[in-house]
Amino acid sequence: MAKEKTSKASRRNFLKQSTLITVAAMAPPVALKAAEEQWDERLASAIENVPLNIEVNGSVHQAKIDPRVTLLDFLREHLQLTGTKKGCDYGQCGACTVHVDGQRINSCLSLAVMNDGRKVTTIEGLADGAELHPMQAAFIKHDGLQCGYCTPGQIMSAVACIREGHADSDEEIREFMSGNICRCGAYPNIVAAIREVKGGSKV
Amino acid sequence: MKQFQYVRPTEAGLAINALLKDSGAKFVAGGTNLLDLMKRGIEAPERLVDINRLPLKEITKNDQGFNIGALTLNSSLAEHKDIRKDLPLLSQALLAGASAQLRNMATVGGNLLQRTRCPYFYDTSMPCNKRLPGSGCGALKGFNRMHAIFGASEHCIAVNPSDMNVALSALDAIVQLSGPKGKRNIPIQDFHRLPGDRPELDSVIGKNELITGISIPTSALKHVHYLKIRDRSSYAFALVSVAAALDLEGTTIRWASLAMGGVAHKPWRLTEVETFLAGQQISAGLFQEAGTLAMRGAKAYEHNEFKLKLAPLSIGHALSIASGLVKA
Ligand SMILES: Cc1cc2nc3c(=O)[nH]c(=O)nc-3n(C[C@H](O)[C@H](O)[C@H](O)COP(=O)(O)OP(=O)(O)OC[C@H]3O[C@@H](n4cnc5c(N)ncnc54)[C@H](O)[C@@H]3O)c2cc1C
Ligand code: FES
Ligand code: FES
Repeated sequence: MAKEKTSKASRRNFLKQSTLITVAAMAPPVALKAAEEQWDERLASAIENVPLNIEVNGSVHQAKIDPRVTLLDFLREHLQLTGTKKGCDYGQCGACTVHVDGQRINSCLSLAVMNDGRKVTTIEGLADGAELHPMQAAFIKHDGLQCGYCTPGQIMSAVACIREGHADSDEEIREFMSGNICRCGAYPNIVAAIREVKGGSKV
Repeated sequence: MKQFQYVRPTEAGLAINALLKDSGAKFVAGGTNLLDLMKRGIEAPERLVDINRLPLKEITKNDQGFNIGALTLNSSLAEHKDIRKDLPLLSQALLAGASAQLRNMATVGGNLLQRTRCPYFYDTSMPCNKRLPGSGCGALKGFNRMHAIFGASEHCIAVNPSDMNVALSALDAIVQLSGPKGKRNIPIQDFHRLPGDRPELDSVIGKNELITGISIPTSALKHVHYLKIRDRSSYAFALVSVAAALDLEGTTIRWASLAMGGVAHKPWRLTEVETFLAGQQISAGLFQEAGTLAMRGAKAYEHNEFKLKLAPLSIGHALSIASGLVKA
């Protein structure tokens, strides 16, 4: 109980002292009001949730979310885009790989709010309507998977790997795909799929 | 994860003020280390100051050398055309670290300040003076395979896990800080600390200071190699790493610069070996001697005795590759 009180007091303190920064980052009238008035739970939730503007697979989403939500959890739990997988949640496996402004990242180690104003592409956004992305087709053709859990991350990573210019040899593919772990050990077939797409031959 | 307030300042001054006003505030850059630690309850800031919108992402080059903004991504730095040409050692070290995805998130400032990967630091049910001062060091008598062989203390035998820092050490980089009392520049060798009796402090950065960037002087050391030895061939932290840089005139070493990673609480610069190498002819025998000399003062623990053999061999091998004596 005592602990609860201190944390509320210090939060109020924070609001009073830092309106400048807070105003820049969050909804201004709410923050200012909270700083002036007595603390109240309703305001607390309004302030703790942070506005988020984000484009995912071409659609714009506006939300107010708890800043603790990772980009991965935002995609899966808020947008129900469950194609992106949670393997480890600590940056160690690559199952959560998505593209942010065209660059591959681990969505489990980024807060959703840190991606405000950015464009995210997930595995759901890769195909062109009913037509699979060449990398998706190549994974099917080469059996680049067994259980499939790592596959969305592998495919997102593979697309970026070629785009970055790091798929010139099998050795280079393996090195620049090392952030995607496959417990089923489908690596040789994954490398074959990437090699084929890189080569531009029909898949 | 504990609740926190989230702010996103757009100017360095505002970011520093945000720390000054709240002792529980912390900067977040890429988040690849801090968020990991927050999920595990090892770090629990009350306020997260997202510095990603500060204008600190530029890489500039002049006669003196390079200036690199603290928010430059590890991937952008490694792939930068002039860095690859003029400072390939730095590029190699960055590319040896983490994964392509993580390098697209990790920043220069965050990499400098990444915490140790000691498993006792990570396991909140274990003692660790770095995580909880006064609780003891679990690694000292525990499973200490990854741990230090230089500069450790009875309070902490953890190592600095960064690859980038090892290259920066060999390249005499300078860390640029900005804080409430103004700006200061600190040579990388003085930036990270040895554990002593304050292992909770990894570096000399002040509580409210922001790393704004690093500078790296133009280097005459053209023959370089970053060698990283790890348990698997990629995406793993170093057991031992070596940044070797040589200035050669034919087969004569004009000057050498050498630093090791994975062996101490800070990047371990080998100035004595550098002096020994200067003026000598490159040869396998010389590089073997250099490795042996580098081990002076090394001390192993129960599970990391292999490093006493691995480290000198790695130094010899890195120098052989850097000098062109053997192919990478
Ligand atoms: C699975 C995995 C494998 C990895 N493998 C390697 C590896 O092999 N080699 C290697 O070197 N690294 C490795 N890393 C670590 C990675 O390089 C670091 O996590 C990364 O460099 C940290 O940068 P960041 O920007 O994400 O830092 P953050 O997590 O954002 O911050 C880290 C710390 O620095 C502080 N900070 C950040 N920027 C500033 C600034 N400008 N001024 C003051 N303080 C600041 C933060 O407050 C925080 O305390 C690995 C990480 C993971 C998760
Ligand atoms: S879930 Fe993100 S890397 Fe494993
Ligand atoms: S297919 Fe099963 S983990 Fe990769």
